[in-house]
Amino acid sequence: MSGLDFEIQLLAVVVSVACALPGVFLVLRRMALLSDAISHSILLGIVLAFFWVQDLNSPILILAAAATGLLMVAMVEALHATRRVKEDAAIALVFPALFSLAVLLISRYAGNVHLDVDAVLLGEIAFAPFRRLEVGGHDLGPRSLWMMGGILALNLLFLMAFYKELKVSTFDAGLAAAMGFSPVLIQYAFMGLVSVTAVGAFDAVGSILVVALMIAPPASARLLTDRLPLMIGLSALLAAVSAVSGFWIARGLDASIAGSMATAAGLVFLLSMLLAPDRGVVASLLRRRRQKVSFARLMLTIHLLNHEHSPAAAEENRLGHLSAHLRWSPDFARQVADRAERDGFLDRGEGDRLHLTPLGREAARHFMTR
Amino acid sequence: MLEALQVFLFDYTFRTVALGAAALGAVAGALGCFAVLRRQSLLGDAIAHAALPGIGLAFLLTGSRATPVLVLGAALAGWIGTLAVMGIVRGARLPEDTALGIVLSVFFGFGLVILTFVQRLPLASQAGLETFLWGQAATLMAADVQMIIIVGAGALALLALFWKEFKVLTFDGAFAASLGVPVRRVEFLLTSLLVVAIVLGLQTVGVVLMSALVVAPAAAARQWVDSLGLMVLLAAGLGALAGVVGVGFSSAGSGIPTGPVIVLVASAIVGISLLAAPGRGLLAEVVRQRRVGRRIRADAVLADLYALAMQHEDRRYGHPVATLRAMRRGEVGIERSLETLGEQGWARELRPGSWGLTPEGEKRARTRFLDPDEEPS
Repeated sequence: MSGLDFEIQLLAVVVSVACALPGVFLVLRRMALLSDAISHSILLGIVLAFFWVQDLNSPILILAAAATGLLMVAMVEALHATRRVKEDAAIALVFPALFSLAVLLISRYAGNVHLDVDAVLLGEIAFAPFRRLEVGGHDLGPRSLWMMGGILALNLLFLMAFYKELKVSTFDAGLAAAMGFSPVLIQYAFMGLVSVTAVGAFDAVGSILVVALMIAPPASARLLTDRLPLMIGLSALLAAVSAVSGFWIARGLDASIAGSMATAAGLVFLLSMLLAPDRGVVASLLRRRRQKVSFARLMLTIHLLNHEHSPAAAEENRLGHLSAHLRWSPDFARQVADRAERDGFLDRGEGDRLHLTPLGREAARHFMTR
Repeated sequence: MLEALQVFLFDYTFRTVALGAAALGAVAGALGCFAVLRRQSLLGDAIAHAALPGIGLAFLLTGSRATPVLVLGAALAGWIGTLAVMGIVRGARLPEDTALGIVLSVFFGFGLVILTFVQRLPLASQAGLETFLWGQAATLMAADVQMIIIVGAGALALLALFWKEFKVLTFDGAFAASLGVPVRRVEFLLTSLLVVAIVLGLQTVGVVLMSALVVAPAAAARQWVDSLGLMVLLAAGLGALAGVVGVGFSSAGSGIPTGPVIVLVASAIVGISLLAAPGRGLLAEVVRQRRVGRRIRADAVLADLYALAMQHEDRRYGHPVATLRAMRRGEVGIERSLETLGEQGWARELRPGSWGLTPEGEKRARTRFLDPDEEPS
């Protein structure tokens, strides 16, 4: 692995983790799509600030971009507050307009500088290591690594300093207000953080894939745990895994790194959705299946109890009869009977007669008198 | 100016492209109404982004860049994206916005991976796939426009055919189910029509911004009318307008992507509608509030005049404005309220600066503020 590859992967991991941290709260606060809206809107701030300072590396660009992100959120809220459009429509109206304006300005007035519309969508993580940060002739590494590292540190600091406020306002906004935290202040501080993070990540992976990095790892983590601290840790871990595996997918296929990172994040989510221990699709199917057999086992004991000692018992309490009486397929009937026998609820008699054990009788009575 | 107009009206290429953009805007506007009313404005965004890998894969698999092939691929991918959103919401029990965000960004990322393969092909025919990102109306051929019109007309015909079902589903899904409407299937059809409207526009407007053309005309039309039928017609008209004007602007300058221009025109239409629509418009609201405020202030002065008249032997006696102002605690605009009362014939300026109640004013004050049958003491 060359130094270049290492630097790209390191940057990919830093970007992904920096995005995943605020992403946790975006997912929990049901504001996932505001990340989409913010990551599009910040382009207008970048473009306008670029026209002003004529320098793509100026920190003013970041400030202007973050300000546009907040402006967009304020515009959405104002539009929603007029009660003329619903909130989802307000989002869908505001950010395309700001983004269109930005793209138009770029293609009209900045087409020949280093700010083109493809970079807006794709980012340039593969080229990031070529832009070095040099201080007094010493090479300190890629410039964007320093910037994203700073943003990651900022996110960590914010999370540690305002963990309690974020947590309470996310899960119980009313309680947060009653405890004296201003929900509006927290909301805008958090949105500002999302905007700054999006600006930094934008440079590396483009405006749309930022959304994948912010939403997919926290959504995967959400499926794996119900505890917030664990969810934050898992989000960061899965983000890093997506970044590194995305890089190697891209290397293997010789494809876009940013696109592969998003694809890897999607695959991680798909795996979590299928295999999560409690909320996963496979786990739910197994649980449902288990519940079905367990319920059927109880049905069987009740059926046997009903006909026990009755003249019809010889006819009713046979494995072969269950298909007719309980409308079970012969396979399912055998499976249920096996399960009940294993659990000590019944014994097999001669032929396919089924006899309740004292334990099975007890279970059936207990259920019916419950 | 006239010359430019002539070019616009008679230039064959421009007419073709404008016709396509208009048809597209009309279809997107009409179907967008249902997305907006059902609070699915952002589903369109997810569908449009999810269509990208479909375009790339259709090209890789068939080697053809004929528009119908690519649009079919886009439709399939957009449709799978919709199913994925539903699958995540139902299967993983995550909120819908999270599901939309994941599908939108992951499908798009995958699409970019596919596009890097496409770009590596040694074919000259690969050129043009990037137009699907930002939209380039200039690439519309007569055959493309024909396809937009035929497929769009088919979608609108289905909309007309299932109008009643779509309408009841949009406003009251539970009621629809109780009527025996197969809700799942109707929902599926409506969403499929939305997918069709979106993929038709990808070549002209691009995957990044197509959702705005779905939402904006509908949101604008909603401000002007209160009936679904009128809203759909108006949204179709406004969508067509945005398409034609947007194409006009973008063909005026070279190298301007069409998508952003159309979206900006559509956004301007929304802005105008929000401000100027009668009834729901914000300006109408301001006018209404001012009128109500004026009436309340005039009523307050009328009440004061009545109180003064009741304490005076001569009920028609003129009272100085200064007295009235003092009774309103120095509030400004007493003169304006008095003028309003004068216009109504409820008060009269008897001497300069002195106003008295007219018989009509006294009657009005009594019916408005007191029991009308009660005689003044």
